[in-house]
Amino acid sequence: MTMTMSNPASASPYLPRVATVAEACKFTPKEAWFRFEFADGQGIQYAAGQFMEVSVFGVGEAPISICSAPGKRGDLEMCIRAVGDVTNALHTLQVGQTVGLRGAFGNGFDMDKVAGKDLLFVAGGLGLAPCRSFILDALNHREKFRNVTILYGARTPADLLFTKDLEAWAQRKDSTFLMTVDRGDENWKGNTGVITTLFRKMPKVDPANTAAFIIGPPIMFKFAVLEALAMGLRKTSIYCSLERRMKCGLGKCGHCQIRNVYVCQEGPIFNYAEVMRLREGI
Amino acid sequence: MKTLEATKLADLAAALTAAGYRVIAPCQRGDQVHLECYQAGKTLRADVIPVNSAKDALFPRSEVIGRYRFEGNEFETVPVAPQAGKTVLLAVRPCDAAALAPLDAVFNWDYKDEFYNAHRDATTVVALACTAADDQCFCTSVGGSPDSTANADAVLRPADGGKRFILESLTDKGQAIAAAGQAVLTEGQAQADPPAQVAPAFDSAAVTAWAKDGFDSPLWKELSLACMGCGACAYTCPTCHCFDIQDEATRREGVRLRNWDACGFGLFTKHAGGHNPRHDQASRWRQRVMHKFAYFPERFEMLACTGCGRCGRLCGNGMSIREVCSQIEQAAQAGVK
Repeated sequence: MTMTMSNPASASPYLPRVATVAEACKFTPKEAWFRFEFADGQGIQYAAGQFMEVSVFGVGEAPISICSAPGKRGDLEMCIRAVGDVTNALHTLQVGQTVGLRGAFGNGFDMDKVAGKDLLFVAGGLGLAPCRSFILDALNHREKFRNVTILYGARTPADLLFTKDLEAWAQRKDSTFLMTVDRGDENWKGNTGVITTLFRKMPKVDPANTAAFIIGPPIMFKFAVLEALAMGLRKTSIYCSLERRMKCGLGKCGHCQIRNVYVCQEGPIFNYAEVMRLREGI
Repeated sequence: MKTLEATKLADLAAALTAAGYRVIAPCQRGDQVHLECYQAGKTLRADVIPVNSAKDALFPRSEVIGRYRFEGNEFETVPVAPQAGKTVLLAVRPCDAAALAPLDAVFNWDYKDEFYNAHRDATTVVALACTAADDQCFCTSVGGSPDSTANADAVLRPADGGKRFILESLTDKGQAIAAAGQAVLTEGQAQADPPAQVAPAFDSAAVTAWAKDGFDSPLWKELSLACMGCGACAYTCPTCHCFDIQDEATRREGVRLRNWDACGFGLFTKHAGGHNPRHDQASRWRQRVMHKFAYFPERFEMLACTGCGRCGRLCGNGMSIREVCSQIEQAAQAGVK
């Protein structure tokens, strides 16, 4: 809530601020990228890992992770998969049209907490969206960290998201980027296989001094965590983002509750030791 | 002391209505008794525990929490002030009044919910001490009692064998009720009737202790087998407070609604993408019980159950949290994990 309150609030925390679609780009038939600008011109401050409740007026509201670099800015980006009423309606929006945004909600993550460490990012599928916020933050402040390794897995080459970013990351000399697809096609010359196969291809990390950010579907998280633990990473140095059907974002409505924790407030970023205690987390 | 003839409860409701209160009282509706707004001609029943709980007055089942207008691509959100008129909860049970503590806790622990608090501030609680209990009552097992005055502004105590009530004011709000109802109250002496005997049903501390390590217990499957997932228990529960946010719109304007929801519904945690962290009724029942007896105490240091027994009275399949907790206590005693 602290982070929310630092932002210009609408009159009620249940009502969104109005924002316009400044840019939009269809990544795949199901996933589109949007850049939203706030109509009140007051901008927003958010941390990596935070999310917002996105309203399509007349349709409803859905919780979506922010995928742009954190900080204080006039806009923000989201990558949205069309799966429900709200997200399908979002996909019909054109540049210049209006949405509502409430937040930012959640604990977010201050990358300074892992300054001086090796960073390992493991993103599966749409998990690249929230993970991108962390990655961009790390690459924008590259000098703060030691080795940076980014692993990304998608189902097929056609499912790859943020392809411009992927190319840019692959070009960088100061970090390692590896990606894989579960199934290639006739033009695919890269890695094939599930994301855990990349763990064997990446440069060695110093396990006692590495922070891992593993964000993806539950099944990927389970196996990627096993790999990270096998490498010797500490449970408290493995971070993930818990997806929940958050409704209010204010720690009231109960939807995101896991045990005595409100994910919309105390999450969605948890370390693996916390996730194990929560049990229902993944 | 101030007394009220038992036959004059409706007269008190009428006097309070005339004084500008919205009076929520146990009203006869068909063959049931509901806590609802008193109107002239309605019969009040102090002898039956109403089907619904008093939370309806503080946390309505559907409430407009915002509006918006749109004209082409021009959108405007319109804040809505809570519609919270001066209200008295007249002759609600001590278990209803007790439920205000967990509701206050959750609606104020971080963001102070303007809608709940507006209703709460505008509300006066006049509890009715219980002199009879039914076989679903278990307030004494969860820290309450049939004559508890916790969270009450005034209390009506049945007296002289049920012939009249003694009205005791406990707060300034309670004094205001006594003043507003003066015309129907009498100054006199009366002998309070003994409170109801509510036999202990289970040891809540034992349930909480078992629940600490009980997350993986196979018992949840068995305990939840009869659950149809209808959500009636949550809707009738005085402490259940989960809600959904829904927008309803016509072409030019819309409302944002806060509607009751229930953790027993399969859709409650289901993601748009299909994944459901609580994928079966056993995990949803576990959530219901654990929330009330383990998670809520961990977070807010109080139980989220007041022993009103409504869930048991209403369940179409005869389930109740009272019964489930008794079984958990037995399992704990038998050393079953």
